[in-house]
Amino acid sequence: MKNFLPSDFLVHIGPECILCGRCVRECSFGALEQKEGHIIAHHARCVACQRCVVFCPRSAIAIVPHPSTSRHNAYWTPELRRALLRQAQTGAILLAGAGNDQPYLNIWDHLLLDASQVTNPPIDPLREPMELVTFIGRKPDRLEITADENGEWKLVTELPPQLKLDTPIIFGAMSLGAVNLRVHKILAEAARRAGTLFNCGEGGLHEELYPYGQNTIVQVASGRFGVHQRYLDAAAAIEIKIGQGAKPGIGGHLAGEKVTEEIARTRMIPAGTDALSPAPHHDIYSIEDLAQLIYALKEATNYSKPVGVKIAAVHHVAAIATGAARAGADFLTIDGFRGGTGAAPLVIRNHVGLPLEIALAAVDDRLREEGIRHQVSLIASGGIRSSADVIKAIALGADAVAICTAALIALGCTLCQACYTGRCAWGLTTQDPELIKRLDIEEGVERVQNLLRAWTLEIKEVMGALGINAIESLRGNRERLRSIGLDTHTQEVLGIRPAGM
Amino acid sequence: MRPAQRYDHAGCATAGILHKGGQLINGEAIIEAIGTMRERGNGLGGGFVGYGIYPEMKDYYALHIMYDREDYRQPVERYLERALLLIRSERIPTRPTPGVGLAPVFWRYFGTIPPNEPRPAGESDDDYMVRVVMRINLEFDGAYVVSSGKNMGVFKGVGYPEDIGRFFRLEEYSAYLWIAHARFPTNSPAWWGGAHPFSLLQWSVVHNGELSSYGINKRYVEQFGYRCTLLTDTEVFVYLLDLFLRRQKLPWEIIPAILAPPFWEQIYRTEPAQRRALLTAVRQVYGAGLANGPFSIIIGHPRGFMGLTDRIKLRPLIAARHGDMAYLASEESAILAICPAPDEIWEPLAGMPVDERLYEEVVL
Repeated sequence: MKNFLPSDFLVHIGPECILCGRCVRECSFGALEQKEGHIIAHHARCVACQRCVVFCPRSAIAIVPHPSTSRHNAYWTPELRRALLRQAQTGAILLAGAGNDQPYLNIWDHLLLDASQVTNPPIDPLREPMELVTFIGRKPDRLEITADENGEWKLVTELPPQLKLDTPIIFGAMSLGAVNLRVHKILAEAARRAGTLFNCGEGGLHEELYPYGQNTIVQVASGRFGVHQRYLDAAAAIEIKIGQGAKPGIGGHLAGEKVTEEIARTRMIPAGTDALSPAPHHDIYSIEDLAQLIYALKEATNYSKPVGVKIAAVHHVAAIATGAARAGADFLTIDGFRGGTGAAPLVIRNHVGLPLEIALAAVDDRLREEGIRHQVSLIASGGIRSSADVIKAIALGADAVAICTAALIALGCTLCQACYTGRCAWGLTTQDPELIKRLDIEEGVERVQNLLRAWTLEIKEVMGALGINAIESLRGNRERLRSIGLDTHTQEVLGIRPAGM
Repeated sequence: MRPAQRYDHAGCATAGILHKGGQLINGEAIIEAIGTMRERGNGLGGGFVGYGIYPEMKDYYALHIMYDREDYRQPVERYLERALLLIRSERIPTRPTPGVGLAPVFWRYFGTIPPNEPRPAGESDDDYMVRVVMRINLEFDGAYVVSSGKNMGVFKGVGYPEDIGRFFRLEEYSAYLWIAHARFPTNSPAWWGGAHPFSLLQWSVVHNGELSSYGINKRYVEQFGYRCTLLTDTEVFVYLLDLFLRRQKLPWEIIPAILAPPFWEQIYRTEPAQRRALLTAVRQVYGAGLANGPFSIIIGHPRGFMGLTDRIKLRPLIAARHGDMAYLASEESAILAICPAPDEIWEPLAGMPVDERLYEEVVL
């Protein structure tokens, strides 16, 4: 029985078409075919990735939502019915890529920033220094300082290892497998040039990227893929991945077809086998188990680098975060429900977790209530879209943010959400050598680096307007935020006042 | 009465005079100095702190408390009688003064910590007093602790400082260190508790400027049990100082490196490496204590004062010396008014402290 609903999209091919066939070659989803002097569109296969639209030399193609409509129903949306029908057909869990796309309240866009007028002058970032340097790592409660034999003040306290970021933006975890090696190379090189970090994700670190170790956070996740002494030694920091914002509470599944020789070697598994990350770490069933792993990794690396913990934003995120901090984590990555994924069950992606804004505020508050905020650095991730989001996240309490989807968009991603098919037409979330070739490394580095540069300049501009010339004076400074159109409870959780007060 | 739910910024003038030999100076001098800068204030706040004003009571904490109305006094005094061993309680003498409107009621209490009070292990007398002060400010309606140190006291209110000085009869007090403030509050109704100086234990601060970093400075000190209740950004300076100097025992020389640290570019170039490591660690650990935004402050303490401006000097500060005297003020005119030909007079650089102390041999 055929599905009863029309396809999502219609591919319109206009009279400008010269039948060059470029669109057919570009479409990696088999939605276009050249036959008997026509371009034929298989609309149902189109994911609206825009590859054909962009590459058509005559701009002859437009992809539109299917215009055919059934009786309007605000409750039984076409999206829901389509999902239901697919399940009726297959009996399977529906998959989705990218992040939660549902119309939940987007808090970022209800937050307004302050600016200085008269009583505190704004600062011109073109004339005055504007400092974004950020250190990730555990800080002591206080410094012990004594005078040396010449009466000069000398530091007695030995600080735990600190990672220096020239800009408070790092690249978040995307595993080799979820994305391909070129994406990793681009992010690693861009991070090196910008004085920041990239996170290799849970799929190990490819041999060619070891030289980037000092700009790399390596992950230790439940599958333990590619984890060995050299891997830990190579990194600037280690992150234990407990959860991911896009799919809290579940593991991962990299299909065997994506496990190429290269990925297999890096992950230390046979090629062609499914790479399964269990939902829990099988050695972590409690907070004391997490503490053991944190200290096992610190021991293994001789306390030479920060060891952090990444958790998904869930209802009790504040308590979990303080637990992880007390268990010895040097930094915490809080991943909100807008965070992306290569593949997640649709039901989880769309319904589990919390907005990053809420989770971040709650975690920062709880750590302060317990007087241990300085013991951990907070990295906020999951749906950071712009420099404005970065600034607001830092004002809510983050030390730095991690971006993934934004970097992929800079590289061509159009959020078609078909990452899990492995057919990414932009050469990002695919291991197909022909598709990977579409991604040029040098150009990619430049684009991602430009993105960081642009955001960094914008952050400085806003800080100047705020009359603040060091990022540490913005961090957690919710006094400079106001809400517009948020309910009282949300404002309370965020710890900010409404506009006008 | 405390205005609701907002904190306040201020323009302002500051002045300080110190006799480094510990000789007492009559309050008239500081009134004259601050009065010179009348147009920096707007009549909505003036205040003074004097160190050395209660020599006969120097071993006792001196609490200056402001009550919005007489009826708020009794509950606080009932609490104080339990919390402290009071040896004297009295109304602070004032006189009706043109230019000073309806005033709250000011009382002072001298006392020590009761010996048998159950207290956490290791808690010092000063820690105990901080708890008492925070409790009064937080839990008692209409009562605000204006100062709580020994042999010192704050006098402040709504009016021009010279009028406030006369109101409090400052000519009847003598101090080796006087600091004064004229206020130009910018965006909240003036109230008596919002005038400067702000003070806790032996620390006092007057401030010209506005803390753009107030939100995080406040949240930082709250982690250590301080509560910002006086609705003015300046208050947080006092708690930062108490935290760093008294509780964490950091040396005075580190204070400017926290409040107005050198820029990273300067730190990277700093020699020797020992100094560079120190400045780096200070910024890494105490970033939330950085006072960002325009400020020029005078910090008072029993051994002297420190003048400091923000790291790009968005507010003025002038320093001078003459014989045993040290001066600080927003404007040169204020110093020249009481010391027409100082030995030296200079403009301190941004973020560079002027640290003047009593001579080491001076015993108070």
